[in-house]
Amino acid sequence: MNTGARTLCRAIDLGRMEYDDAFALQKREVERLQRNEGDDVLFFVEHPHVITVGRNADGTALVADRRLVEARGARVVATDRGGDVTYHGPGQLVGYPILRLETSRHDIRRYVYDLEEVIITSLADFGLFAGRHPVHRGVWVNNRKIASLGIRISRWVTCHGFALNVSTDLSYFSLMNPCGISGCVMTSLETELAAPVAMAAVRDRVIARFGDVFEREMREEAIAHVH
Amino acid sequence: MSVDVIMPQMGESIAEGTIVKWLKNVGDRVERDEPLFEISTDKVDAEIPSPSAGTLLEVLVTAGTTVEINTVVGRIGAAGEARDSAAKPAPAPAAPEQLAARPAASAPATAPASKSAPVPPAMTDTAAAVGERTIVRSSPVVQKIAAEKGVDVALVEGTGEGGRVTKKDILTYIESASRSSIASAPAPAPAAAPAYSAPAAATVTPAPAGSAPRPQVFAAGQDEVREPMSIMRKKIAEHMVMSKHTSPHVYTIFEVDMSEVMKRKDAMKREFEAEGVKLTFLPFFIEACIRGIKEYPIVNSSVDGDTIVYKRNVNVGIAVAIENGLIVPVIKGADQMNMLGLARTAANLAERARTKRLLPDDVQGGTFTITNVGVFGGLVGLPIINQPQAAILGIGTIVKRAVVIDDAIAIRPIVYLSLSYDHRIIDGAAAAHFLTVVKRELEKPAD
Repeated sequence: MNTGARTLCRAIDLGRMEYDDAFALQKREVERLQRNEGDDVLFFVEHPHVITVGRNADGTALVADRRLVEARGARVVATDRGGDVTYHGPGQLVGYPILRLETSRHDIRRYVYDLEEVIITSLADFGLFAGRHPVHRGVWVNNRKIASLGIRISRWVTCHGFALNVSTDLSYFSLMNPCGISGCVMTSLETELAAPVAMAAVRDRVIARFGDVFEREMREEAIAHVH
Repeated sequence: MSVDVIMPQMGESIAEGTIVKWLKNVGDRVERDEPLFEISTDKVDAEIPSPSAGTLLEVLVTAGTTVEINTVVGRIGAAGEARDSAAKPAPAPAAPEQLAARPAASAPATAPASKSAPVPPAMTDTAAAVGERTIVRSSPVVQKIAAEKGVDVALVEGTGEGGRVTKKDILTYIESASRSSIASAPAPAPAAAPAYSAPAAATVTPAPAGSAPRPQVFAAGQDEVREPMSIMRKKIAEHMVMSKHTSPHVYTIFEVDMSEVMKRKDAMKREFEAEGVKLTFLPFFIEACIRGIKEYPIVNSSVDGDTIVYKRNVNVGIAVAIENGLIVPVIKGADQMNMLGLARTAANLAERARTKRLLPDDVQGGTFTITNVGVFGGLVGLPIINQPQAAILGIGTIVKRAVVIDDAIAIRPIVYLSLSYDHRIIDGAAAAHFLTVVKRELEKPAD
């Protein structure tokens, strides 16, 4: 593998950040890449409790549950990614790759597949055998969903991304049908391993695997470089 | 010279795409590479840039429609350039709603995304214009709401950017439309309500619009229209299947003479009106059921594994028909209430159910449910148990019948009461005993 020729991708951990703020950052980076300026970036973030509703969701669906959601300290946010409704919160590693996909990667299905691959291989590093579902996207452990995807691509620049449950309080998912799949059982890395896992350790594996799958040279940066 | 806008291939294995939104209106200026429309595939939404600069002359495939790749979805040309598609054989499949005649506001838009059903090229200029007008000016969410409620978006005044109809606009429109229809409608529309119960808040007030019939519109050559279930629909479906799987349902039906209730109701009506509460039959049924439950508490129980759980409080759920579904708000502590309390609480819950102002707590904790299968004319209904409860009472419509009393024929208002119950814990005898008490309470002489 010729690492020297790889495209650079900056990996930046935003820490705990509100969904809207992280989205504003993504948008800025998307516009920058659309102008062909600078390098790809992979944001990591942990959101405070929030339920996001994708464009494929039944727009009227959450209204009935909204009070229940708010009673649990979560907000409901509409977003322009693909996919249905999902939950983000503490203990969940959210990754937002903002990439300018090269022509050979101009395939949205492949992009989804590759993101799944990053998560599957990262989980394998923890001894967890995860895989794909015959019908639904995302990453699954048997019939339990451990990671969700929701993506937006404009002019082959990617936005939004994946959410991997590391030590997520899974009870929040009971406020909805995650991703519009009814009866969908969610799980987390800690639940599956029955052992505590450090978020930073997962993030580091994901960065490494992301570099492998997307053939990027990953460079970790501090959050200060974003502002 | 116009340029075709095509559905691009967004990946090797991708054969089709769904347009979720046009970002430009017909007549808008667009630059080359400026985002023109958005598509959705799997988990990915993508913005598609314009293939050239010019004016968007035509939208041939409207939002919500899935088409094969390389389908011409629109046309870009110089401003003022005549559209020439009418003369062409028009290869573009179009949304069914675009082709359907729209005789009136009540004609609903049909299934938003009938999967790439290619529609014969019957598209006329007029139809296309309607399609553009209604579709381009609103978002998929708005269209979805419009389709569900059977509203023509073209009739809604848009306050959004460029006259776009926002979600708020359409909700306001629907609210005001339903208000005026409640005011003017002489009677609830005969319902195409689901067979399991056609429930409504008993006689509180008949559900407005609840399940007003809306004719399904089929385009020429189209044999079926596929419409995704709403989340509420899915939840209802799941619950009904689960309940039938969980409880072996048995049904017992009693006939009740309502003469005495009518007398009592007339006698109490004034008093209730003074309190600002409209007295209906519902509180009488609730009260009678509570008496039955006090004597046969098994009716107010649930099953937990191998254990029967008897409930001290009687929390009576009242099934209410709402737009495209039903919800069961609960009168908590109904056994502690007098008739006035029951009437007031039932009316309040039913009203809030229809105006979507129920709190989550309002629909939880029920121990027994009553559903009015008679509100739309049903004589008898056999409702499905509202899990984890053990029984549900179905009230039919009250009809004057010739009955034999002491070997004489008399005309009496008669209602059929059906009890659906979980045979795991309630046997036919217990159910009959319970219904006997309910009947006794309803038929007891007014004093």
